[in-house]
Parts: sequence; C-alpha cells; structure tokens
Amino acid sequence: MAYYISNIARSKGDPKVLHSGPSSLGAADRMAKALGWFSIGLGIAELVAPERFTRALGMEGKEGLVRAYGVRELGHGIVSLSPDKHLGLWSRVAGDGLDIATLMMAMRHDNPKRDNVGIALAAVLGVTLLDIIGAQGVTARHSRPRGRPRSYRDRTGFPQGVQAARGAAKDFQVPPDMRAAPPLAAVSDRAPQERARPH
Amino acid sequence: MRALVWHGKEDIRCDTVTDPEIEQPRDAIVKVTSCAICGSDLHLFHNFIPAMLPGDIMGHEMMGEVVEVGPEARGKLKKGDRVVVPFTIICGECDQCKRGNFSVCQRSNRKKDLADKVFGHATAGLFGYTHLTGGYPGGQAEYLRVPFADATHIKVPDGIPDEKVLFLGDIFPTGWQAAVQCDIQPTDTVAIWGCGPVGQMAIRSAVLLGAKQVIAIDHLPERLEMAEAGGAITINFDEESVIERLNELTGGEGPEKCIDAIGMEAHVSPSMPDTVYDRAKQMLGAESDRPHVLREMIYVCRPAGVISIPGVYGGLVDKIPMGQLMNKGLTLRTGQTHVNRWTDDLLRRIEEGQIDPSFVITHTVSLDEGPEMYKVFRDKQDSCIKVVLKP
Ligand SMILES: [Zn+2]
Ligand SMILES: [Zn+2]
Repeated sequence: MAYYISNIARSKGDPKVLHSGPSSLGAADRMAKALGWFSIGLGIAELVAPERFTRALGMEGKEGLVRAYGVRELGHGIVSLSPDKHLGLWSRVAGDGLDIATLMMAMRHDNPKRDNVGIALAAVLGVTLLDIIGAQGVTARHSRPRGRPRSYRDRTGFPQGVQAARGAAKDFQVPPDMRAAPPLAAVSDRAPQERARPH
Repeated sequence: MRALVWHGKEDIRCDTVTDPEIEQPRDAIVKVTSCAICGSDLHLFHNFIPAMLPGDIMGHEMMGEVVEVGPEARGKLKKGDRVVVPFTIICGECDQCKRGNFSVCQRSNRKKDLADKVFGHATAGLFGYTHLTGGYPGGQAEYLRVPFADATHIKVPDGIPDEKVLFLGDIFPTGWQAAVQCDIQPTDTVAIWGCGPVGQMAIRSAVLLGAKQVIAIDHLPERLEMAEAGGAITINFDEESVIERLNELTGGEGPEKCIDAIGMEAHVSPSMPDTVYDRAKQMLGAESDRPHVLREMIYVCRPAGVISIPGVYGGLVDKIPMGQLMNKGLTLRTGQTHVNRWTDDLLRRIEEGQIDPSFVITHTVSLDEGPEMYKVFRDKQDSCIKVVLKP
C-alpha cells in the first residue's frame, strides 16, 4: 500500500492510516482511469511496434497510420486521466469510430487475415460500448445539473447592510510595507517635487 | 480517529487513522469542532501541487477546543481554550515573524532542506498541504496536532458560533490581506477575478475599506449573485468582455487595483483561447499553472496600479506579458496570508457586527460525507460555494 510506504516521511506523532474508508472516486471515475491507462498502453504499443498490428491485420505498409493512431491514443489517455476526463472518454468514443472505419476497410475478401480483422473489430466494438458507458457515467457524475441555482441574494455578509458597510473599516491603517501610490486628492494641492515623495 | 486522507489524484477518503500525539514541547492537540474545504484543497485534489504523498491528511481551515498542551506552550494555552487554528504555522520569534511576515516564518517548515531546494528559501509550514511546506497533517479530522501552538492559534471567546469565526483561520484574512495590499483609496475601483470563497471575502473587505466601486468577475450565476449581495458590480465573462466592461466602468482608464482570487486553475473556454493553450500544455506537463487571470489583469490594470494575488500558484507559467507589466509600472503583491497579522482586528470587526463571514457557507455536512463534498465543490454542483465539515 502506497500510504504505508509513505509513512517513512512522517514523524512519530503524525497520524497514520489504519484502514481506508469511502473515496471521492466514483465507479465512473475508476472506469475512466482504467480506460485512460488502456489508451496509454495501446498508444505506446502502436507507436513502438506498429508492424505487429499491420502484420496481424493484413495491413502491411500502413505502419505510419498505426503510429499516428498511437499518438492519438496517447492523447485520449492523457485527457482521460486528467480532471477533464469526460472530454477524454468522449474523444475515445470518436477514436473508436475511426478504428472501426479503418478495420472495415481491412475486411476486404482478398485479405488473408480477414479472420483476425473480425476479431479485432469485435474487440473494438466491445471497448466502444465501455467507452460510451464510461463517458456517459462521468458526464452525469460531474456536470452541473440544469435548472435554477439556489438564490444567494440575501447573503450580504454585512449584518448592518451594504450601505453601512461601505468604508466602515476606514479606521484601519494600511501597514507601511503595503502602501501604494497616493490618491490624486492627496497630492493635487502639493508642489510637484513634494508629490513625488512617499506619503 | 477519522480523517480525510489524500490517496492520489481525485482520491480523498474518509479513513480511520491513529490519533496525533504531542511531539515537541510547544505542541498542542486540538479537538476539531468545525473545519472547511478550501479552494486550494482542490489544487491538491487535482494533484497540481507537487510533493503530496498518499496518506497525507487534508485540511487547513479548522477550529476547536484545546485538549492537551505541551509543557512549553502552557503559558499561552490551556486545556479547554477555544481556538481557531491559522493555516500558516508560526514560531512567533524569527526575523520574519517579528516583521509580521508570518507566512514566510523561517522556523516552522520541518522539511526545510527540501523546500530550500525547490523554492530557493523555505516558507512557513502549512497544515494539510504539500511536503514542500512541511507535510503537516491537516485538520479535516477529529483531532489535530498544532506545532508551535503557543504562537499558532487565535483565541476566540465562547458564545460566538463556530461559523462566524472559523474563517479567521484562512479565507477571511486572505481576502482581507488581498484588499489591504491594494492600499485602497476612496477613489479606487477594485476589480476582483473569481467569486469563490476568497473572492467573496475580498469583495467584502474592499467594501469595508471604502473602495469607490468593487467589480467582481465570474460566470456562475449563484456566485455572481452572492457577490452582488455583498455590494459588487458583477461581470459574467460568459456573456460580456471583461476588458471592455472594466474599461467602460472606469471611464476607459482601467481599475487601479486588481485582485486575482483564482490562481493556477483558470476556467478553460474556447472563447478564451489562451486557456485552451494552457490546459493542453498543462496536460503534457509543459506548464504547471494556467495564468489567464494574470494576463488579463496586467493588460487591463491602470498604469502604476497594483495587482494583488491571493490565488494559489504552484509552479511555472507561460506567456506572461512582462513588457506590459514593466512598462505600465505595475506593483505585484503576492504571498500566502500572514494570518495572525490581521486576526485580532478582524475578530473585533466580527464581534462589533461589521461583518459576519458565515454568509459564504452553503453546505454543512459530517466528515464521512467529506469525500463526496470534494466532488460537489469541485464540480460546483448544487450551487456549492463553501463546505463546512463537522467531525
Ligand atoms: Zn484555504
Ligand atoms: Zn517564525
């Protein structure tokens, strides 16, 4: 456990975790995290070994395309793991569309690896379904529901009202280290060389 | 005891942990009666502040009752005292503390070597924050150990509810210092970016200090409404141009004083292309903070004006218009809040009824509901502005 190891950075009187309770991460957030890491893994694989994909799918010569998809996949992953994960997951759904279109083109009758393409297509369709569920999940969990916000019209913070509050702290002396340029009224009736002096 | 514990990005849990123990003779233990979630906790929630470790207890806005006092803190504190704990830990004796620069106390950061390397020179220890500021366990918990407790406390009288004084530990003095370092004159327009809790306190502070007009900028209707209730003119940046409107309200000359109550995580919107650029760079790790507000303030501020930055920044920013900043002769004032420099005066103002900071509280829940409330507060759901937790 990470929190157990981190105890080396704590002193003896610091509280240490005994057991963990409910987390701020919801099921949709965990799913986004898993899909994000999946994107990163797939992206790296596509970038470093594109020939494995092209050979298995009978798409020899398309290594450049696979690499480009790898970069795209890394992008999906980074965004899915960020606080803007809904954008990441919806971008994954769009990416799935692109993957499906590309695989459909490889479903030609003359492709000797047509069976493999079929398997890949089924896998991508499965992942697409997960992506849609995940994207809908995080969008629902983290968006602001429509409708009227609560009204804070009476939250003045001033028990005697705003008008009475204006300038009520005029007795406060700004400390010398926080002074700024003097107001015009304070300098306008003074001689120019005097105006330049700190007030 | 139970405490809200950081386990990683967006993963805060309500855990069972061991109780804190007195370690140093100046320590005290406080039984927490109220604590709050702060906007800067969200930077930790997003893992944008470096050097957090799984198992760190969150929280730096808390108050409660003293239940144990170390031998060297006994002159100043006793069992049963009711205290608000400032988020900056202070020794009260070093050169900086003597000057009132408490947030850069030279002795309270127990990870000084690490902080010296990263910041050049260490700053004060902070509760419930990164290990760069000492890695001290925070107060979103049932009990808190307060180091240098003889100096690090604000005594509050009985008979005044927690909600009225709790924010003396952070957001009220933070908004106040933001306004004070503007040296507000009766002729000044003060523009405040962000109507979160610190922005709301800065608005009230600028009104109390007698600004001619206070302008508040945000895009959430409920926050703008609260800003208006406090006496501000509001600008909704989703609906109008901030720069045009600010110039319009100041006879074309721009506000004399600008306050950044947003910090490193500016709202991202395609209508503000620089924010999209920053967000992309941030995701790639090429920039840590999104300084949209800084850019806008430097551009719109009146020459020789003041820019005050209570908003938290974590590391490196990009595309800061130094040419505008330098040629316009602007003054930048920054810093974590020197909490105890202001609290005697502010407590008096609360007691006299000049201000009641509890106006900002929108949610009060138990500690167990804390993890879920981090999400609600971050996503600004249910018109959430300020969450108070009752351990
Ligand atoms: Zn805070
Ligand atoms: Zn000190």
